[in-house]
Amino acid sequence: MDGNDLKKVAYYPGCALEGTGHAYNRSTKAVGKALGLDLVELKNWNCCGAMEVKNIDPKIQTYLSARNLSIAEDMGFDTVMAPCNGCYHNLKKAEYDLAHDAASVEVNARLSEKAGHQTYESGGVETIHALDWIKRAVGEDELAARVKNNLKGLKIANYYGCMYTRPRHIFPEKDKGPGSESTAKPHFMDDLLAAAGAENVDFPLKTACCGGAHSLSDSDTSTRLVLNILETAEACGAEVIATECPTCHTGLEMHQVRAEEVLGRKTNVKILYFTQLLGMALGLSQKKVGVQENLSDPRDLLRQKGLG
Amino acid sequence: MSDLPFSDLLDRLEARDTAPPGDPRAVDPRALADTQLIEGEGVLEAWLASRGLEPTAATHEGFRLLALHRQGARGEPSFNACRETCRELVYLRNVALAYDGDTPELRRTLRLQAMVLRHLALFVGGKMVEAGLGDFCCSSRPLRHRDAPPLQGD
Repeated sequence: MDGNDLKKVAYYPGCALEGTGHAYNRSTKAVGKALGLDLVELKNWNCCGAMEVKNIDPKIQTYLSARNLSIAEDMGFDTVMAPCNGCYHNLKKAEYDLAHDAASVEVNARLSEKAGHQTYESGGVETIHALDWIKRAVGEDELAARVKNNLKGLKIANYYGCMYTRPRHIFPEKDKGPGSESTAKPHFMDDLLAAAGAENVDFPLKTACCGGAHSLSDSDTSTRLVLNILETAEACGAEVIATECPTCHTGLEMHQVRAEEVLGRKTNVKILYFTQLLGMALGLSQKKVGVQENLSDPRDLLRQKGLG
Repeated sequence: MSDLPFSDLLDRLEARDTAPPGDPRAVDPRALADTQLIEGEGVLEAWLASRGLEPTAATHEGFRLLALHRQGARGEPSFNACRETCRELVYLRNVALAYDGDTPELRRTLRLQAMVLRHLALFVGGKMVEAGLGDFCCSSRPLRHRDAPPLQGD
């Protein structure tokens, strides 16, 4: 599939982008528009089950994603873009399970029939992340040519979180050598932000666990893990941590506040979605990309850098 | 932090991080790179011991730390959540040893290595307290299906 095929794709925002990740939704759409890309939201999409449904029955979780893939197919798309790592991961996992697990295929067929929609079969729709989308549909050269406000001088640590690359077997297109994404050292976000002029720092905790799913049941462990991520980013010289997942983003922001309150450790690094950064590089205002919704208020820093 | 697993290690790392230049704790940087690697092995040894396993003496890709990680992840996919952390610990040790003399860049590399080691200790320590840490998300393994076969690939 070449870049032109990705100029218009099905869009699965997922629940988080309608809530805590609203700024990600807003900035993803704005960046798409600025780059001449078209997102068509899935009609009547459902929650992917996030991390919870699989604890009741993983096959039901597979069905939930299969239903969304079925909708994409029904709308005539062969590609669906999911900006949230959790949604992306679950769609990928459903694709894998439907290709490798007969029991998942059977449960999906049964529930699809009962729900009265077409049964999704593996191979019908490719799931991509927002990073894949911009990288493949636009690419670094075209992106660089469209930059109006260079991110020059902005030092960024790129945090990919865990679900974008793990477990490796559900991402067969990764680790295919030059040009493909790496599960050990992902770089697509680095590539795009570098094309917009940013200075990426060498950050050793790009995919480190933040304790995310245990934020409520074991908040202290999550806070300590996040604090270490924040402090390491600062030790690397980063002024900003760029994120590509609403759960990672919210976790970093919330625990940044909590680390100061509970552990007395203040960090100053700002947390922004990569789409917010790209949007401002493309000439969009801070408001247009939802910077006012960020907890780790980056507005002073962005003003100093002449952005937005 | 004394209530945490590996509290001694975490305290040592904190002390190293705040040691002023010339402080005895900050000497011999090249040895410190290896010390921090061995301390990482100690973290994984504790994890294996807590599961009733004898830590391997073997190496993988030339490093015992990586062999210990592979041993720890066998049948426990969520342990792969620290795979890259282990690899970064080895990488930063190698970078540190590539410097000639005691330079600010070397000190910075050692500090980053210490922060990666801290992450490993926090993650593994967290798992020793709350077994499900990491299970819930990227390993994609259901918590309530303990008898589920290990996932392929990882």
